Amino acid sequence: MDIPLDLLVNGIVSGLLLGGFYAAVTVGVSISFGMVDIVNIAHPAFIILGSYIVYILGVEFGIDPILAGIAMLPVFYALGAAIYQIYYVSFEKRGRESLRGLAFFFGLLFITEVSLVLVFGVDYRMVPAAYVGPTIRLGFVDLPLRLLVPCVVALTAIGLLHLFLSRSFIGRAILAVSQDEFALRLMGASPVATKRVAFAISLATAALAGACLIIIQPVEPSTGRDYIGRVFAICVMGGMGSFGGMVIAAMLLGIVESLTATFYGPSWAPAVAFTFLLLTLAVRPAGLFGR
Amino acid sequence: MRRGDKGSAARENVAAPAPSAARRSATFLAAAVAVALLAFLAARSVGNDYVFFAGYVVLQYIVLATAWNILGGYTGYVNFGTAAFFAAGAYSSVVLHKLVPLPLVVHILVGGLVSGLIGLGVGYLTLRLRGVFFSIATLAMAVVMQTLITNWEFVGGSRGTYVIRPAAVPIVGDYIQYLFLVMALLAALAVWVARQIEGSRLGYGFATIRDDEVAAEASGVPTLRLKLIATTVSGAFMGMAGAPYPYYVTYLDPASGFNLAYAVNSIAMPLVGGTATWAGPVIGAILLGSIQQLATVTISSALNLLLVGVILVGFVIAAPNGIMGLLQKRRP
Repeated sequence: MDIPLDLLVNGIVSGLLLGGFYAAVTVGVSISFGMVDIVNIAHPAFIILGSYIVYILGVEFGIDPILAGIAMLPVFYALGAAIYQIYYVSFEKRGRESLRGLAFFFGLLFITEVSLVLVFGVDYRMVPAAYVGPTIRLGFVDLPLRLLVPCVVALTAIGLLHLFLSRSFIGRAILAVSQDEFALRLMGASPVATKRVAFAISLATAALAGACLIIIQPVEPSTGRDYIGRVFAICVMGGMGSFGGMVIAAMLLGIVESLTATFYGPSWAPAVAFTFLLLTLAVRPAGLFGR
Repeated sequence: MRRGDKGSAARENVAAPAPSAARRSATFLAAAVAVALLAFLAARSVGNDYVFFAGYVVLQYIVLATAWNILGGYTGYVNFGTAAFFAAGAYSSVVLHKLVPLPLVVHILVGGLVSGLIGLGVGYLTLRLRGVFFSIATLAMAVVMQTLITNWEFVGGSRGTYVIRPAAVPIVGDYIQYLFLVMALLAALAVWVARQIEGSRLGYGFATIRDDEVAAEASGVPTLRLKLIATTVSGAFMGMAGAPYPYYVTYLDPASGFNLAYAVNSIAMPLVGGTATWAGPVIGAILLGSIQQLATVTISSALNLLLVGVILVGFVIAAPNGIMGLLQKRRP
C-alpha cells in the first residue's frame, strides 16, 4: 500500500497532540490507581461531569472553558475528598476493597452517567470558544487549535503536578504511600490523610480534563466509556505511577489511534486502546517503563 | 488485603456422605425444574401476554446474576463485561439465524460456547495478574466488542437487524410463551449448576481463592485453572442467556445488546441478594428485576436504572452481605 507522506505526518502530529490530552485524562487514574491503589473506574464519568459543568458555565455565563475548568478544581477536590472518606470508612477500613470497592465505583460511574442523561438528555453538547475552529498551517502540517490548546494545557498541568509531587512535603508523602504504606505509618504520618489528599487531587484533575475533552469533541453522557479502556491502557503501559511513562504511553496510543482513524476509519479507533491494554497485560504487565 | 468476610457460608454445608449428596442434588434439580414449570403454568393462567414479556426479563436476570456470581461471588473476581458476554450470545444467534436457522436450543448452546471461549481467552490473558486487571479488561472489552459489532455489516452494523421469530411452536403455543419456558428451564439449570459448584471440591477451591489466593496457591490449589473454569462457566451462562434475546426483541442493535444495564444489574443483583450462596442472586434478581419491570411501566426507564445504581451503592456500603446476610444475622 502506498501511504501518502502528508497524511502520515499529519496523522502522527495529531496523534501527538491527542496523546497530550490523553495524558491529562489519565493523570487522575495514574495518581489514584497507580500511586495510592484505589481503582477508581468512575474517573472517566467524573471527567464527563466536568465537561458538562464547563459547558453550563460556557453557555450560560460565557466563561472560557479552560478558565472554567481551573475554577472547578477546588470543587472537584472537595468532591474527591468526600468520596475517599466514604470509600475509606466503608471498604478500606474493613478490608473489603477488592470486590465491594470495585462495585462501589462502578455504581458511582453508573449514577453519574444516568443522572447526566436525566438532566441533559443524550444530545451531544459543544462549547463556544475562540480556539475551537481555527487551524495553524505549517507547510502541509495542520495544527488544529482545538487539539493544540488542550495538549498544551494538559502538559503544563502534568508538569506542575510533577513538581508538586516531587518538591512539596505532602507530595512526597503521597509518593511514600505509593512505595510503602506501612513504613509511612512507622514514621508517624497518617496514610489515610495522605491518601485522601491524593485521591482529592486525582479527582480535581477530572475538572481540567473535562474542560479539555469538551474542546476536543462534542460530549454526551456515555462518552466516558470510550475512555475507560484508554485510561487504563495508558496507565498500565506507562508503568502505573510514573508520569513520564504515562505521557509517552499516551502519545504512543494517540499516534496509533490517529493513524488507525486516518487509514481504516474513525469507527475502529476505540478497538486500538483495548488491544494495547491486552497486549501490555499479557506481555509486559509492569508497563513499558516499569521498574 | 483481607478477604475473609464470606468464608463461613462455604464451611457451613460440609457435605454428608456421597450417595445422599448425589440424591439431594438430583432432588434439587427436579425441584428447580418443577418451580420453572410452575412459573410457566402460573404465567399462563393469567392469560395476558405481557406477563410473559415481563417474566422473561426477570428470568433472564436470574441466569445473568447466577452466572456472574459463579465468578464474582465464589472466587471474588469482578466481571464488568456482562453486557459483552450477553451480546456475544445474542449476536452469535443472529449469525446462525442468517446462515442456517436451527432450533433455539442449538442457538443457546452455540451462544454459550462462544461466550465461554471469550471468557476463557480474557481470563487466560489477565487472570495471572492482580484481580483488578481482569475487571478493567472486561470493562474495556465491552466497549471494543461493541465497536466490532458496529463495524460488522453482516449482523446489521450500527443500524441493527431484524430477526423474524416464528409465530408459534407446537405443543407450547405462542412463541413468547415458548421463550419464557426455555428461559425458565435455563434459569433452573444455572441455579442447579451454581449449587452443585458450591458443595463440590471445585467450590471449595473457588472459596480458597476468594479468601486468600496466595495461601491457596501455596497450599497447592491450582488457582489459575480454577479461575479459568469459573470465567468459562460464568461466561457461557451469560452467552446462553443472550442467545434467545434476538427472538425476544425481534430487532437487535448494538446499543440494546451491549446495554450497560446488563452489567450493572448482574452485579447489583448478587450483591443485593448476597454473594455467598446460590439463593442470593436469585433473590436479588427477582427483587430488582420485578421492581424494574414495575418502574419501567410506571416511571421512566432512565430513572429506574438510577434506582438500581443507588440501591447497589447503598447495599455495598450498608449491607455488605446482602439480604441473605441480613437474614442470617437475625438467626441466633
